[in-house]
Amino acid sequence: MSALDKLQKLGVVIVGHVDHGKSTLIGRLLHDTGSFMDGKLEELKAVCERRNVPFEWSFLLDAFQAERDQAVTIDTTQIWFKTQKRNCVIIDAPGHREFLKNMISGAAFADAAILVVDAKEGVKEQTKRHAYLLHLLGLQQILVVINKMDLVDYSEARFREVSAEITAYLAGINVKPHSIIPIAARNGENIAARADSMPWHKGRILLETLDTFEPVAAPVERPLRFPVQDVYRWDETRIIAGRIESGVIRKGDVLTFSPSNRQATVVSVEKWNSPSEILSAQAGDSIGITLDQPIFVARGDVASHEQKAPVLSNVFRANVFWLGKKPLKVGNHYKIKLATYEATVLVQSIDRVINTDDLSRSEKDTVEINEMAEVTFRSREVLALDSYQDSLKMGRVVIVENHDVVGGGIIGSEGLIDQRQLLQKPRENIHAVDHMLTNVARTARNGHKGAVIWLTGLSGSGKSTLAMRVEHALFNRGMQTYVLDGDNVRKGLCADLGFSPEERTENIRRIGHVAALMGDAGLISITAFISPYRADRRKAREAAGDLFHEIYVKADLGTCEKRDPKGLYKKARKGEIKDFTGISSPYEEPENADLIVDTSAQGIDACVEMIVDYILQRTQAGQGNVTSIAARK
Amino acid sequence: MQQDYLDDLESKTIYILREAYNRIKPLGMLWSIGKDSTALLWMIRKAFFGKIPFPMIQLDTNMELQEVYDFRDMLIKEWGFEFHAEMCPPEEDMDQTLPPATRAASRKTEGLKNLMTRDKYKGIIVGIRRDEQSMRAKERVFSPRSFDGVWDYKDQPAEFWDQYKTEFPEGTHVRIHPILHWREIDIWRYTLRENIPYVPLYLSQNGMRYRSLGEKNITTPIQSNASSLEEIIAELETTKSSERAGRTMDHDSEDSFERLRRSGYM
Repeated sequence: MSALDKLQKLGVVIVGHVDHGKSTLIGRLLHDTGSFMDGKLEELKAVCERRNVPFEWSFLLDAFQAERDQAVTIDTTQIWFKTQKRNCVIIDAPGHREFLKNMISGAAFADAAILVVDAKEGVKEQTKRHAYLLHLLGLQQILVVINKMDLVDYSEARFREVSAEITAYLAGINVKPHSIIPIAARNGENIAARADSMPWHKGRILLETLDTFEPVAAPVERPLRFPVQDVYRWDETRIIAGRIESGVIRKGDVLTFSPSNRQATVVSVEKWNSPSEILSAQAGDSIGITLDQPIFVARGDVASHEQKAPVLSNVFRANVFWLGKKPLKVGNHYKIKLATYEATVLVQSIDRVINTDDLSRSEKDTVEINEMAEVTFRSREVLALDSYQDSLKMGRVVIVENHDVVGGGIIGSEGLIDQRQLLQKPRENIHAVDHMLTNVARTARNGHKGAVIWLTGLSGSGKSTLAMRVEHALFNRGMQTYVLDGDNVRKGLCADLGFSPEERTENIRRIGHVAALMGDAGLISITAFISPYRADRRKAREAAGDLFHEIYVKADLGTCEKRDPKGLYKKARKGEIKDFTGISSPYEEPENADLIVDTSAQGIDACVEMIVDYILQRTQAGQGNVTSIAARK
Repeated sequence: MQQDYLDDLESKTIYILREAYNRIKPLGMLWSIGKDSTALLWMIRKAFFGKIPFPMIQLDTNMELQEVYDFRDMLIKEWGFEFHAEMCPPEEDMDQTLPPATRAASRKTEGLKNLMTRDKYKGIIVGIRRDEQSMRAKERVFSPRSFDGVWDYKDQPAEFWDQYKTEFPEGTHVRIHPILHWREIDIWRYTLRENIPYVPLYLSQNGMRYRSLGEKNITTPIQSNASSLEEIIAELETTKSSERAGRTMDHDSEDSFERLRRSGYM
């Protein structure tokens, strides 16, 4: 073993039921490995004397006054010690049920775990919970110690009994413990020194076993995953910064960025103050790269090689542990973080809630604090995903609510369906093909020309009401017409979009094009969307050309807010809806509307009549010429 | 090339620094001019490819040793970064129930509160390590503070899988601890490997050296013959005395450090 290996630390988490002796074990480990700073033991003994309490090994960990008073460990803490072979850091995790959050915060850093079980009490509820969590956190090196053997007269029979009990439970969650060791932590038996009291134990003792464990190595051999952390533009160079989570990046590699599916070649691998050019970097390295092309790359994108790219999907299932004070519920939206990517997801279903005590499963609509469950999430956008089986680092997700991390989960491979081929990149090869049917023929058949009647205005201005009334009036005249509104568009065409400015823009872009196609097909398509941005409406006009008619449905904010048919303004004022047009997001009034109807000044019937008159005039057969969409391109 | 353990520690620190810079604005760092925060400053240059993209702040009590001030001025000139010395309020203004040495330290807490109130930083990077002190061992990497700087150590955010708490309600801020996972000996090995400058007071003169640099009225040197970084490292490999043994404020009472930290000390 090289000198450097010896310096590499092994993270060890110690878990188990409350009062089964975790803190005592740690105190003893530190003492028996000679790890105490001079004075620490004396300092604590002096404190005990002053307070008139007998000294306990566990006091060494309880540096907090509060902890001493309550005699429970409040939070995760880390303590260093050295074995014969290497440095170890103990991550002490509390056993109280409500402190699961801290236990996970500690155990997630560990390379190995020691599960402490009281010889007298045997396997208890938290023993199982913690074991289950170790399994969820992916710990492979698990050592079980049966503690307090002194209280059962060092009985081999009792040791076998408890060993069988814990082995059976672990087998149920597919965990095979590395070994099971009988100890008496208080007396230091079978920790650093073999105990005479248990001659029947022939296997390794605790410290010997720890020395057979290895720190979890960075997954250099796995496919490349380089999540972008930030993009720096210093001195006209664009550096894409991040840490390689798995695999290797080499200068000259062609990288695929997900979910955008764009590609570029690595021109250089960057590290500051490097004595020579860097030709490659590997899992664990925090680096920068520069690319040959100025493709759009942002925080959250994941770079990989094309052949072994992550799956692109907007649905995934995760095995979740829930830390939130409010329960996780079907239908709720949460923010999630996947490496450096953030997205909003909907809880589509809670497939099973798992009782860690007997591993039974139940069907419920909520997951309460400290429960574990299998949950299916759906996002609005396509996500770059890896299953936990494929990538320990990338196949996990944390869930955020109200600024706090409230849960975590590992992503299963089941139900992950790759949508990458649906997003094929190039649009270059699509050529416009002229339709055999002319607009003249369609107009002759329908008796009127096609049109896009674009209603824009604030929420509550009356767009939907007008659209429906106008559609009815046109239909009754035998005209081909259809209304596009939030209800029918958000259901399918735009089901993947939310309400951020970018998503609104995309929503309007799609509606603009669909309305244009309908207009081209000879229909009078009426759209009823707030469509607050001029730029977006201009694009819709560009899509439909001279079939496009912009109608401003005007009403002042006060009137709209008073109407508030869906109670949205109320919610927006309370801050429950973000980016609400007119309240927390701007409405850009049309500058050159083809028609303005003022619903706060005129009655609804008058407005309907104005619009219908306008449409009848502009769509009469024989009025002017229109070119088809294909011909315009 | 196989990474050694210092590369692992460094990579993790760089990751944390980049998270902080991306998620938290405005951001500043407390530079105490000691070995830890100077090594951290070096890693900031690594994280941002030579740039130091936020200001370095010293909580100045006018009580540092002269060599510390000299080193400070030399490094600012040599590395060229934005620097601000925040003058701390006088000791008479401190809570008189605190032991005298702790009172001196709490001047920095008050200086920091003044800084936060005036400059409205949302994030402050601090170069503390878990192995320094048992209270610090319980820290999170991203550690929220209430408006008046109070640390609620009983209800800390969950922190795992390199996902940190990066969103906060108005009026609160976050302390960011990018070298929490380093130990004293790691910092020295790294300083040696990277050839990072340091205050010469850490080296032994006439059988004494400073192991930790605090204000001159409350810090004492330790007995040591280590007059080079190699010798310091060799000393630390065998020592069993604690790093802050020369800091009086930690020993005044069993919970004085806890009281300090809770009320906003670094």
